Amino acid sequence: MNELSWWILGACLTAYAIKLCGFFVPRRVLDSPAMSHVAATLTIALLSSLVTVNAFTSGQELVIDARIGALAAAIIALVFKAPYLVVVVAGALAAILLRASGLAA
Amino acid sequence: MPATSASWFTPATKMGLSIAIATGLYGISFGALSIAAGLNLWQTVALSALMFTGGSQFAFIGVISGGGAASAAFSAASLLGIRNAVYGMQIKQTLRPLGRQVPWMAQVTIDESTAVSLGQSDPAEKRRGFIAAGAGVYVLWNLFTLVGALLGERMGDPAAWGLDGAAVAAFIGLLWPRLKSVEPIMIAIAAAILTALAVPVTAPGLPILVTAACAAIYAVATGRRAPAATEHGELESIEEEKA
Repeated sequence: MNELSWWILGACLTAYAIKLCGFFVPRRVLDSPAMSHVAATLTIALLSSLVTVNAFTSGQELVIDARIGALAAAIIALVFKAPYLVVVVAGALAAILLRASGLAA
Repeated sequence: MPATSASWFTPATKMGLSIAIATGLYGISFGALSIAAGLNLWQTVALSALMFTGGSQFAFIGVISGGGAASAAFSAASLLGIRNAVYGMQIKQTLRPLGRQVPWMAQVTIDESTAVSLGQSDPAEKRRGFIAAGAGVYVLWNLFTLVGALLGERMGDPAAWGLDGAAVAAFIGLLWPRLKSVEPIMIAIAAAILTALAVPVTAPGLPILVTAACAAIYAVATGRRAPAATEHGELESIEEEKA
C-alpha cells in the first residue's frame, strides 16, 4: 500500500469513530427532560440548516441558482399537501426546466 | 388496518428510498472526480464503502486534486464528519438501538438517514425511515461510485438531471410538517439565517455544526426559564427580571 492509501484508511477509521461517538453518549444523559427539549429544538435547526446548505451554497459561497426554483416548487407542492415523492419530483423538474430554459444556472 | 405483506412499505420507507435515489446517483460524480483527482479504483471504492459520508469524501478528493497533502485531506474530511456525532446522539435518543445494532447503525448515520428519521413522528416510522434511507443511500452510493469510477466523466453532471433540486425538495419536505406553530418556524428561520451567515466564513460542513451548537444553547436557556415561570409563580419571575 502506498502512503495515500494509509491516509485514506486512517480517514475512514476516523469518520467511523466520529459516528460512533454520538452513540456512546450515556442514555441517562440523553433521556433527561432538558435533553429532550434540546433534541426537539436541534431537530428543527438541523433540518433547516440542511435545506439552506443544499439550496444556497456551493462550497464556501452563497449562490442563487436553479435550486431556489426547486425550493419554491417544493414549498408550493407542500402547501397543496402533495405526497412526499411528488414534492421531490417537483424540485427536480423545477431545476431541470429552469436550466433548460436558461432562466437560471 | 390489517397487516399485509407490504406493511413495511410505509410513507417513511418511501421517503427514505426517494432521498436514497436523489443522493445515491451523486455517487457517479464522486467516482468520476476521485479518479480524475488521481486516486485509483480501490481507493475510490474504499472511501465510499468505509468513510461513507459524502461531504467528507468530496473534501478529501478535493484537497488531493488541488495538489494538497494527504494529511490536509485527512483533516478536511475529519472536520466535515464531526456533525455525524451530533446525528448519532439524536438517533440513539430516538431509536434506542440495541448494543449489537450500534456498529452498522453508526456507519449509516449520515445527513439523509438522520433527516428522514427525525422527519417522522411515529417511533416505528422513525426506525423504518432511518433504515430505508441509510441502507438505500449506502447501496446506491457505493454502486454509483463504482459506475462513476469506471465510466469517468462520460456520465455527465447529475446536476443536469435536476438531482440537486430533488435533494433540496427532499429536505424541505422533511422539515415542513414540523412547522406547525410560531416557535418552530422562528427556530427554522433563525437556523437558516445562521447557516447562511456561517457558510462564507467557515469550512464546508461546519455551518451545520455552528447552527446545532447555537440551537442547543438556545434550547438549554429557554428550557430552564419555562418551568421557573409556571412552577414557582410570579415572585420568582419578578426576581429574574430584576437580576
